[in-house]
Amino acid sequence: MATSHVDAAHSALAHHFDNMEQQREAGNLGMWVFLAQEVMFFGGLFLVYTLYRSSYPEAFAAASNHLNWKLGAVNTVVLIVSSLTMALAVYFAQTGVRRAQVLFLIVTMILGTTFLVIKAIEYYDKYKDHLIPVAGMFQWEGELPHGVATQHVQMFYWIYFAMTGLHALHMIIGLGIMTWLVYHAWRGRFTPEYHAPVEISGLYWHFVDIVWIFLFPLLYLLGRHVGGGH
Amino acid sequence: MSEHIVSKKIYFVIFGALMLGTLLTVLAAFYDMDEKVFHGANTVVALTIAVIKATLVVLYFMHVRYSSRLTWVIVIAGFFWMGIMFALTFSDYWTRPTTSQPKSVSENVEHVR
Repeated sequence: MATSHVDAAHSALAHHFDNMEQQREAGNLGMWVFLAQEVMFFGGLFLVYTLYRSSYPEAFAAASNHLNWKLGAVNTVVLIVSSLTMALAVYFAQTGVRRAQVLFLIVTMILGTTFLVIKAIEYYDKYKDHLIPVAGMFQWEGELPHGVATQHVQMFYWIYFAMTGLHALHMIIGLGIMTWLVYHAWRGRFTPEYHAPVEISGLYWHFVDIVWIFLFPLLYLLGRHVGGGH
Repeated sequence: MSEHIVSKKIYFVIFGALMLGTLLTVLAAFYDMDEKVFHGANTVVALTIAVIKATLVVLYFMHVRYSSRLTWVIVIAGFFWMGIMFALTFSDYWTRPTTSQPKSVSENVEHVR
């Protein structure tokens, strides 16, 4: 009896899987294990943040109020829109619409790049204001509440650059992955039967979005209610 | 179990909710709830909105709502272990008799200045 196309092995099916569904499921699970590790990785940074913020609340509020919350908010919007376009890229991979899939991957990349450009502008502003927390470069020129030490303000900037820097690194890696995806999507490699790479990369991109969802209020908005101004 | 394809409509609804959450986050941050409600209220509100937003992303954008139970176990385990990391660390720092801050930091204060 002739085998239908459903039974025939897909060219992307690895020999150690029974079928495409099992392979897809295993790949997804593997990505989630990686993301669970990422939760621990960023979790450690959030722990450090929580610890020092609870120790030096006034210093952290004063330091945070010097960040540009409007640029932070714009970047939050940019990243959420990019999550939507990534979800749509996955949708069009699942439904097998090649052109829309390529289009939304490219739009996601443009938004990711926009985020990084805005981030770079912010970093440059901090550089001009002598807020790079490296020895000899850091200089706080503003007023500080009584009893607040400059080095605790500097500590906030260490945490700010470490967390946003590692987040930006994740975005750069994501853009690299998407360049690869666009190439293969354009060549028509992803179909309703096989699109695991698009789906898994989507998980990664959404995770990076989640990290920013927490970074934005915790870094940019923490002291606005006590005289943060606009 | 075959793959569940989330509809475009759901994606747009979740997107709307995420944008609304962002707007609320900004508005709430400029309103002094620490003074008017209780100390720390601003942080509680900001984190509550962030957790809701993150949950929506995980459930819908990341398809966990339609995923296998094994996926659920991994996702919950990841966040649960982060909870352990926070709980055990703070059970230490908050119960130290002399200082609530890391000792090396308070000692170095004078030297750094």
